[in-house]
Amino acid sequence: MELYHFYQNNYLIVAVFLLLGILLPAAALTLGKILRPYKPVKEKYTTYESGIEPFQQSWVQFNVRYYLFALLFVIFDVETVFLYPWAVAYEELGIFALIEMGIFVVLLTLGLLYAWKKKVLKWN
Amino acid sequence: MMNDLLHSQPGWYNAAVFFVMGAVLLLVVLGFVTYAILAERKVLGFIQLRPGPNRVGGKLGLLQTVADVFKLLIKEDTIPKLADKPLFILAPVLAFSPAFMVLAVMPFTEHVQFADLGVGLLYYVGISGISTIGILIGGWASNNKYSLLGGMRAAAQMISYEIPLVISVVGVILFAGSLNLTDIVEGQKNVAYIFLSPIGFFVFLIASIAELNRTPFDLPEAESELVAGYHVEYSGFRFAFFMLSEYVYLFAMASLTTVLFLGGWNPIPFLEFIPGAVWFALKFSIVVFFMIWIRGTLPRLRADQLMEFAWKVLLPLALLNIFLSAAVKELFLK
Repeated sequence: MELYHFYQNNYLIVAVFLLLGILLPAAALTLGKILRPYKPVKEKYTTYESGIEPFQQSWVQFNVRYYLFALLFVIFDVETVFLYPWAVAYEELGIFALIEMGIFVVLLTLGLLYAWKKKVLKWN
Repeated sequence: MMNDLLHSQPGWYNAAVFFVMGAVLLLVVLGFVTYAILAERKVLGFIQLRPGPNRVGGKLGLLQTVADVFKLLIKEDTIPKLADKPLFILAPVLAFSPAFMVLAVMPFTEHVQFADLGVGLLYYVGISGISTIGILIGGWASNNKYSLLGGMRAAAQMISYEIPLVISVVGVILFAGSLNLTDIVEGQKNVAYIFLSPIGFFVFLIASIAELNRTPFDLPEAESELVAGYHVEYSGFRFAFFMLSEYVYLFAMASLTTVLFLGGWNPIPFLEFIPGAVWFALKFSIVVFFMIWIRGTLPRLRADQLMEFAWKVLLPLALLNIFLSAAVKELFLK
């Protein structure tokens, strides 16, 4: 029961930090609203484009390479999800798990090498 | 007292006490940010052989940042007509809140710590990833070509460097056998992990500078090409919150480096009489100074070099470090 309370209290602290993290911007922006001037002119609300009249929207199709990097990110981030518990339990699991993890990492490295050869990692 | 409180039945009283303590930490962090910005400008000034801010608040410019903050507070707030208004307003908050939330698990000394989570390190990694979304949303919602480019670049860079960052700490977890940050510091009683996993530290340091979007990895806000990157359209205090989150992350990242690799509050041998808080502050300051020093010394990378460096150099090194660390553990720590 004691441990359960300890657990709950710790996550209560996390919740309090979340609350504070939202409260500070909210409070500061509300305070700013009282202090700052408000003199709307049409030109102030145009999009900045180095002094020229903005043309077209900027919400356009974007280069696909960002998507490829996002895919790679997901693969290796999931790998980390497996690495962390293994690292924590390393002492109990011993040498055999180390070799297994070695095989797992080698497989992923092969994937990375494949992406490398396919010029996915090239940024041009 | 904190210990009794943590073990008591959770309720509104506990929440109120935690709230007050969290608010105190928030004030400390804001004080740090104020003077970190000044210190950064001063150090950069000395590196470039000029005095730096020296008008507001005496010769040292002690009130310069305070004046800057007040200036931002009374600036008119403009939201472009074409912007996506709800997301535009949400983005700075989404960038800032995680920056403060990660501090909840940071052990500053043996006694000054807030949440003692078993998964502390995982919590840090997970929460800090949310800021990327805030920056991406800010860049997208502005409906501005510069900010969209900056936001996309920031997202690509931050996710690319997050991989080496999270993999380089696997060595530390191996040594400590725990994700709890207090346990990790306790594990460094005899020797700091920087000596056991120097490659891990090297990768972590570089990746953390890239995660913070600081020079030489400041492409998301490259002034000379993107004007200001993802926050071009932001003004006044909304802009201030993007800046604030950057410096709060500097605080968090420097603390994390101290905790993971430099031994946290553990003293150097023969100097045990100096209290832990001093040691923590000292190591923390060295990390912060190092990051400012790097900024004053190195030029900005090119976008292609930046991305390829993460995937082709840092990631293989980080993977190698896992097995080197396992070998070190087998040989020396058993």
